[in-house]
Amino acid sequence: MQKAIDIKENTDKFEELLRYIESQDKSQGILMQTLHKAQEIFGYLPIEVQKFISEKTKIPMAEIYGVATFYTQFSLEPKGQYTVGVCMGTACYVKSAQLVLDRLQQELKIKVGETTEDNVFSIQATRCLGCCGLAPVMMIGEDVYGKVDPKDIPNILKNYR
Amino acid sequence: MEKVNVTINGKKISVPSDYTVLFAAREAGIDIPTLCYLKDINEIAACRLCVVEVDIKGRPMRNLPASCVLKVEEGMNIRTNTSRVREAVRTNLELILANHNRECLTCFRNGTCELQKLCDEMGVDDIAYEGEKRRPILDQVSMSIVRDSSKCILCGRCVNMCKQVQGIGILDFTRRGFETEIAPAFDFSMADSPCVYCGQCIQACPVAALRERTNIDDVWDALEDPEKFVVVQTAPAVRASLGEEFGMPVGTRVTGKMVAALRRLGFDKVFDTDFTADLTILEEGTELLGRIKNGGKLPMITSCSPGWIRYCETFYPEFVENLSSCKSPQQMFGAIAKSYYAKKIGIDPKNMVVVSIMPCIAKKTEANRLEMQVDGIRDVDFSLTTRELGNMIKQGRVDFKKLSDENFDLILGEYSGAGVIFGATGGVMEAALRTVADVLTGQDLENIEYHVVRGLDGVKEASVVLPVDGVDTEIKVAVAHGTKNAAKVLDAVKAGEKSYHFIEIMACPGGCVHGGGQSHVSAKERLDVNPKVSRANALYAEDAIMVNRKSHKNPEISKLYAEFLVEPNGHLSHKLLHTHYKVKKQYQIENQDDFEELIRK
Repeated sequence: MQKAIDIKENTDKFEELLRYIESQDKSQGILMQTLHKAQEIFGYLPIEVQKFISEKTKIPMAEIYGVATFYTQFSLEPKGQYTVGVCMGTACYVKSAQLVLDRLQQELKIKVGETTEDNVFSIQATRCLGCCGLAPVMMIGEDVYGKVDPKDIPNILKNYR
Repeated sequence: MEKVNVTINGKKISVPSDYTVLFAAREAGIDIPTLCYLKDINEIAACRLCVVEVDIKGRPMRNLPASCVLKVEEGMNIRTNTSRVREAVRTNLELILANHNRECLTCFRNGTCELQKLCDEMGVDDIAYEGEKRRPILDQVSMSIVRDSSKCILCGRCVNMCKQVQGIGILDFTRRGFETEIAPAFDFSMADSPCVYCGQCIQACPVAALRERTNIDDVWDALEDPEKFVVVQTAPAVRASLGEEFGMPVGTRVTGKMVAALRRLGFDKVFDTDFTADLTILEEGTELLGRIKNGGKLPMITSCSPGWIRYCETFYPEFVENLSSCKSPQQMFGAIAKSYYAKKIGIDPKNMVVVSIMPCIAKKTEANRLEMQVDGIRDVDFSLTTRELGNMIKQGRVDFKKLSDENFDLILGEYSGAGVIFGATGGVMEAALRTVADVLTGQDLENIEYHVVRGLDGVKEASVVLPVDGVDTEIKVAVAHGTKNAAKVLDAVKAGEKSYHFIEIMACPGGCVHGGGQSHVSAKERLDVNPKVSRANALYAEDAIMVNRKSHKNPEISKLYAEFLVEPNGHLSHKLLHTHYKVKKQYQIENQDDFEELIRK
């Protein structure tokens, strides 16, 4: 399990989340949008945040955890400063996107979905990014890298550290 | 209800328009296989074993729809027995088996497994698909419940039982795709999750993904130890279910055979928890009158059901002071057996082993609570479920059905009709009213059946006018069974909408007769019988034939007070028969204190 977050230091964030929960129309399901909001506020959904949501909405923890682990858009791990997305769409895949991903994982010493110890990078395998002509494509934050050669990866990463 | 005409396997039938095809078929005498379906609880068309071929007014429906959720329509032509349907059902079974731990011969549910039975019935004779299996998680941290993900077929019956029926929600579908697992949040063990151990999920599980932690071998060891004097106590509800382990109809009363079987297994004395159910009435009744007269904490709430106690400690800690301080009958029995009885027969309590047979898995954890011992000696050493006793009787090669009835041993086997009905929802309340009414009026009342607290309504209320210190006082009571109903009552009390003097709460729907340790009744059998009703009827039938139907008239209870305890709620009672409770945290985390401070703000 991930490291505990400092609840005292993050009180403002919890209060923001509570204001959001209280503003919702309780007659309809509010879990999805609450989890989105929580992820927006905290960057991820640690156990403290899920416990807080459960406490304030009376939705069972297992249901919240079930939804949070079902959708890939939610993360239980803190995200790094930069998310490195490697496109695994059909075009990129046939242009050896897997080798790009492998090299990236090797360089950063983390797997897909994880975050480096210094909290700088997280890796994501994404669906088609919509620029198949540049395959294989990789994004770091908002920057797009086309026709990526795995050999270039260490140099690209240097620009962000 | 409007009726519609449908044809099923060539047979024309007219059924109410809100029927599903599954129900219409049953009405036509046609059995459609089901696995994930649990009537009123889980109707989600997940397992695809109830598929049928349908056309409506000559237009075939796409694919094979699942009959458990397909509503009938005028002019529907349904076929359940075609090679296309049989092939689909078999394939779906094979696909389930591909990701199932098929150690059937050594499985806890060998013989009672609904998946095994369907494979047999549908003629699955080959495992066509071999491949990767889901990661096996065997969670046996808890003293009560074991979760084995390698057996889980993801039917979701436990999920809905826990969330919708009990209103708790410990288990849910987590992760997705091939990695999907029904588990507690954040992979907490069942022991560290706020599971109350009602065991209703075990009752819902068609396979062995959820089961009790077994203590059968511990009991065999004790029976074989020449140094040990082993006594057994049986909870009231067990006699209404044990016969099912041997193929008898649900709710067959087997009190006499059960006693005979326990003797054959080698127990030195065969006693009845009903004895201490009677004792509970005297202790709890006295406590209630004390609280009413002295302005104590009201409403007082019963403390017999350890599932309910866990629920209260975890989810309604503000009501912990309302709980009766009485130990449950199981624990009272152990405490009396190892003090009063041990002394009477001249046995060192250290050499006495108390085994309990319970309809319950929470009783196992209750017996292990540190509060449940006197001078370092545990009240109850081992607690077995009704199912485990069934297994022991089979292992002991006792031919249960052929046994002649035998009686419980004196003196802890003496009980009243009031003690027997403890096993059904409302039973403790009725037993208490029988005694409290007699005590307050100073009479031996003849009208002792309180039908208003019987039956399966989720929350039952009653009031009786009785003289308290010479003043006619309306005593208001409520009965709730199942934790969701308990929550309803407690919320109403908390909001000031309701006020009661006394509330009976049982964690399991129907009370102990439908406890998590009772014999398995398959989803299919449940379409025809309601075990909550038939087993409760068995207990009320036993009550009706008892000469003595009031707890305070149990002669051995009177003797127990005269010779040993002196008086209810007296000094010795408090030492042996009363206890205290602790508030429990839900999903304890590293920074729990900070979290609680945050919530309080």
